[in-house]
Amino acid sequence: MADVVVERGPVARATGARKGSSLRNTLGRKSTVAFLLTLPLILLIALLVLYPAFYSLYLATLNKAMTKFVGLGNFTFLFKRETFWMVVQQSCIFAITAVIFKALIGFIVAHFVHNIPGKKQRKWRGMLLVPWVIPPAMSTLAWLWLFDPSYSAFNYTLSFFGVGPIPWLGDTFWARFSVILVNVWYGAPFFLIMYLAALKSVPDQLYEAASIDGANWWQKIWHITLPMMRNIIAITTLFSLIVTFANFDIVRILTSGGPLDTTHLFATWAFQVGIQSSDIPLGACVSLFMVPILAVAAIFILRDVNKRGNEA
Amino acid sequence: MADVALRKVVKRYDDVEAVRGIDLDIADHEFIVLVGPSGCGKSTTLRMIAGLEDISDGDIMIGGDVVNDVPPKDRDIAMVFQNYALYPHMTVAENMSFGLRLKHYPKAEIKARVTEAARLLDITDLIDRKPKQLSGGQRQRVAMGRAIVRNPKVFLFDEPLSNLDAKLRVQMRIEIKKVHQKVRTTTVYVTHDQVEAMTLADRVVVMNKGKIEQIGTPNELYHKPATRFVAGFIGSPAMNFLPCRLEDVGGTLQLRLTDRIAFALPAARAARYNALPRTDKLLLGIRPEHLTEAHAHLGPGIETFDTVLDVTEPMGMETLVYFGLDGTPVCGRVDPNAGAKDGAPMRLAMDLNNMHLLNEETGAVL
Repeated sequence: MADVVVERGPVARATGARKGSSLRNTLGRKSTVAFLLTLPLILLIALLVLYPAFYSLYLATLNKAMTKFVGLGNFTFLFKRETFWMVVQQSCIFAITAVIFKALIGFIVAHFVHNIPGKKQRKWRGMLLVPWVIPPAMSTLAWLWLFDPSYSAFNYTLSFFGVGPIPWLGDTFWARFSVILVNVWYGAPFFLIMYLAALKSVPDQLYEAASIDGANWWQKIWHITLPMMRNIIAITTLFSLIVTFANFDIVRILTSGGPLDTTHLFATWAFQVGIQSSDIPLGACVSLFMVPILAVAAIFILRDVNKRGNEA
Repeated sequence: MADVALRKVVKRYDDVEAVRGIDLDIADHEFIVLVGPSGCGKSTTLRMIAGLEDISDGDIMIGGDVVNDVPPKDRDIAMVFQNYALYPHMTVAENMSFGLRLKHYPKAEIKARVTEAARLLDITDLIDRKPKQLSGGQRQRVAMGRAIVRNPKVFLFDEPLSNLDAKLRVQMRIEIKKVHQKVRTTTVYVTHDQVEAMTLADRVVVMNKGKIEQIGTPNELYHKPATRFVAGFIGSPAMNFLPCRLEDVGGTLQLRLTDRIAFALPAARAARYNALPRTDKLLLGIRPEHLTEAHAHLGPGIETFDTVLDVTEPMGMETLVYFGLDGTPVCGRVDPNAGAKDGAPMRLAMDLNNMHLLNEETGAVL
């Protein structure tokens, strides 16, 4: 009996030691450490993004009083409403037009800034970033004054040229124009700074080689600058498309969706339907429509970036 | 193809003169190498010929036409850059054909020219690859291919081999020479490596501080340098410079190196230097290969002296020996079997038939 106990002792100790070391191994693994370090962020995202996302999915399946499960009822109801399709259309017009102009203006101004020598460039860069660093809710209030029907600085200036007065926020066309204008003013500096960084990373020798190969300035932009910046252009466009599509503050402050709901975007209409009209399930349903539209855009743009990343 | 001429070309950056009035005539088909230390203005000169830098003063002519204000694309030149400057998003074929496509050449001709250049440079298999998939040597070939397909009047090379390892550099040097022998395009090649300059050039232009020090064939520069700078820059290991003075002893002209070492000059040299004032501060310029081990039978003009070696460097086919003469470090080249050892005494021979005498103040070779 004594022999058996003596023999078992080391075995049991060995097993215990193995267990301890396997825990140490697991904790020592790089992947485990990485997971533990990112855990706070994962929890934060789960709390602030995943939970509301799934909760809104759940809400979208309830009736107005949130007492009964109606399945896809809210969605089929939305499809039948004209305003919904107008919001889809306006959101697309707003996002696509604004992103195109932001990218275009950012690209052109980035070229100008890129060609300004040394210290002066820093000053210009700083000044041109101002619209982007002012909180949009505040700057939009200033724009609201500029567009004001009675005291509009724009109309006052235009009156000297015999133009106007223009109903900036009272007419569908001009209201759509105005919200896009303010969004472009606010967002173009982001493109400027991204494109400026991308421009700086294109080696000068490529332009010199192209000059010798016989390229004029436009051919240099088309054959050198644009292909070299393709990935940055794709990523900034996608990012801006998402942010612009989900824009809320500019439309909310300038027009509140008016006149006659013609400037509503998904976010502002979801707010009006869900909060102001107290139909939270329908509001959740509206906001959920942004997901598939943006997902499709993201897949297309990022697939292209990935492909080129592998090529290079 | 064309000749290139530079007339009093000056380049100023604010207050600094990078190139200070250069005159240079490059004949049709000629391979000219601009060589000099960093900051001597050789790359700036090349870039002015290319049209990538404006010239502050003077004229540049290609094929007899002044091209001062002609943009690079209209100068009919091709340039190979140090960092290759290949377009990363284009394949090898697209890189090579870019210039031709911009000029709207017929597709068949573009293809024929690219195929021919690829064959010449042995890169036919790489034609569909992107630059990132190529090694340094292959990229350099593509950069040369891009220049060749254009069939320009002038090739410009801006330190094209600097980014390659030593072995590949030797290989590509031979390739460049072969290509020039085949296409015979007028070439201006910039390098800081005097070995590249000597091996490639029909004529070498040695530049220093924005000026041309000397223009000549590699042999002329090596054997008849005009200035101390050229004498010291061309040749590896570099020429030794020893302070010395001329003395008349018993009707013969002597060269005194140290208190205990003085040599009678060979007749031809004595005649050449006889008129020099004896008070001038002079330098003896002697290449390491003219400082060898002393043999039993010495020819005329070969003088011996004893010294103690500091360091020896066996190179295989020769041994470099380093020693001091009155505090001046000196390098010699001896036979590997001559028994040279670190710290050991040795009798060396100096071949005064190949000596140079320089004015220490002006640096001119007398």
